Amino acid sequence: MMMIFGVPLAVFMGQLTLGLVNGAFYALLSLGLAVIFGLLKIVNFAHGAQYMLGAFATLLAFQYLGINYWLALLLVPLVVGAFGMLLERYLLRRISHLDHLYGLLLTFGLALIFEGTLVNFFGVSGARYATPEVFQGGLNLGFMFLPTYRAWVLVAALAMCLFTWFMIERTRLGAYLRAGTENSQLMQAFGVNVPLLITLTYGFGVGLAAFAGVLAAPLYPVSPTMGSSLLIVVFAVVVIGGMGSILGAIMTGLAMGIIEGLTKVYYPEAANTVIFLVMILVLMFRPAGLFGKEA
Amino acid sequence: MADAQTLARPSAVIERQKRATMRRNLFYIALIVVGLVAPFVAYPVFLMKVLCFALFACAFNLLLGYAGLLSFGHAAFLATGGYITGYLLASYPGLTPELGIIAGTLVAIVLGALFGILAIRRQGIYFAMVTLALAQLVYFVFVQAPFTGGEDGLHGVPRGELLGFISLRDNLAMYYFVFAVFLFGFAVIQRTVHSPYGQVLKAIRENEPRAVSLGYNTDMYKLVAFVISAALAGLAGSTKTVVFQLASLTDAHWHMSGEVILMTLLGVSARYWGLSWEPVSWSACSMSCRNHHWATG
Repeated sequence: MMMIFGVPLAVFMGQLTLGLVNGAFYALLSLGLAVIFGLLKIVNFAHGAQYMLGAFATLLAFQYLGINYWLALLLVPLVVGAFGMLLERYLLRRISHLDHLYGLLLTFGLALIFEGTLVNFFGVSGARYATPEVFQGGLNLGFMFLPTYRAWVLVAALAMCLFTWFMIERTRLGAYLRAGTENSQLMQAFGVNVPLLITLTYGFGVGLAAFAGVLAAPLYPVSPTMGSSLLIVVFAVVVIGGMGSILGAIMTGLAMGIIEGLTKVYYPEAANTVIFLVMILVLMFRPAGLFGKEA
Repeated sequence: MADAQTLARPSAVIERQKRATMRRNLFYIALIVVGLVAPFVAYPVFLMKVLCFALFACAFNLLLGYAGLLSFGHAAFLATGGYITGYLLASYPGLTPELGIIAGTLVAIVLGALFGILAIRRQGIYFAMVTLALAQLVYFVFVQAPFTGGEDGLHGVPRGELLGFISLRDNLAMYYFVFAVFLFGFAVIQRTVHSPYGQVLKAIRENEPRAVSLGYNTDMYKLVAFVISAALAGLAGSTKTVVFQLASLTDAHWHMSGEVILMTLLGVSARYWGLSWEPVSWSACSMSCRNHHWATG
């Protein structure tokens, strides 16, 4: 059997692919955080909870309304995104004139409320969501056996990232968003409805989190706390990448997933911590982040 | 304009300051009296929990209220103090509790310096995220390190004998020791914020570029504040371990970092009703603890 640095090729490639799938989640979530941060200047601490809401909505919609996976993939991000817009309109907007740290605290409080409420009704053990029938089984890649669903997650997440990138960089709405990120006051003076744009942007970021949640539902146990630990890793990813660029968030997310996967091969003890170690290194040598602009 | 008035009537200013000092002294006396009587009114173990969390919240408030730094990783210091003290006391029976607590606090200081050096490179929201990520790193270290007992935590840490001859097995003796530790920590904070150093901290909080232009090395000031805060958080964690004879992952989890923010903020927001914030932060924290107590017990 072929070996790479003393590890069988199958193991190496397997962890690389799994890392890439995890990285796809990091990318989707950090992308949403970056979009929200760009315009609202707040760190959305509820992002993990909104990802969890996405997964939960998928599960409950299936159990009680019989909504299948594909419909959920379309509907859940819209519903959770709309819920996010309500939060922005009636809560976040009230504190938009205060220090941005208050936004962080408000969203943190919201995250605690969401999690606490769901823990109250569903407990912490989590439930399983069946993998859609199309994705039963796996693909034989020669060096490894890849479950079809994981392959789909990778494809869907990357497609969503590209779609977001296209929206922001190539459309008129995206141009507004970029202009608003640079100077929202000036743009308002030009007659753009900035408050509406902010609401839509927050809703979009939340929708991205919910989309990631739907993708995660068949992969991980759906539990109220599934978002909170993931969120901290995503924060580290965002610090590493810097909040400056959309592409930066995507690339860093994928790269960190791969690094985490490879650490599992070579030094499993550090697999949980390696991203934080990378963050420390980046902070020491490039405090603004790999893709960030010096603020 | 305020300056002109100040110059015109210095005696009024001195008078006001005197009154403020007197109010403060009265508060200290009241605090001590209440603290001394409390164990005869309420369950001492519960009071000790309140005092430990109060110290933790006060340490945090030093950073948020006076330096304007929102750390989202203070659980790491609480847990580090707790684990180090717990490990030392459990493995070396000859060690007296106060030495264990000092050791735990010292390690928290070192950790605080490391965190601080890294975190003050970024400001505002990034500062919060960096401290959060670092604390998560510490959490995983505690999950995996051989001496922490992993998910189980450390149990059966002996309370031992204070200075070698005062048995802390008695809850009342333990309470007065914890109360003394709390007063010590509280005094350190009061001394810090009312010193010239504390004034510079406030200046940095209000307008950092201006403080820089006046020639202050603001990074150094912030770092020192961070280390003091970490030390007191570690002290609180160490003391808590001795009281409850256990150290667990709950203290290291990031929810604890969030909880201390909530405790402190409940106190600080009461400032707008014209109260000074240290006592309010303290009482709000005790309320918060009580809720916690009810929820779990």
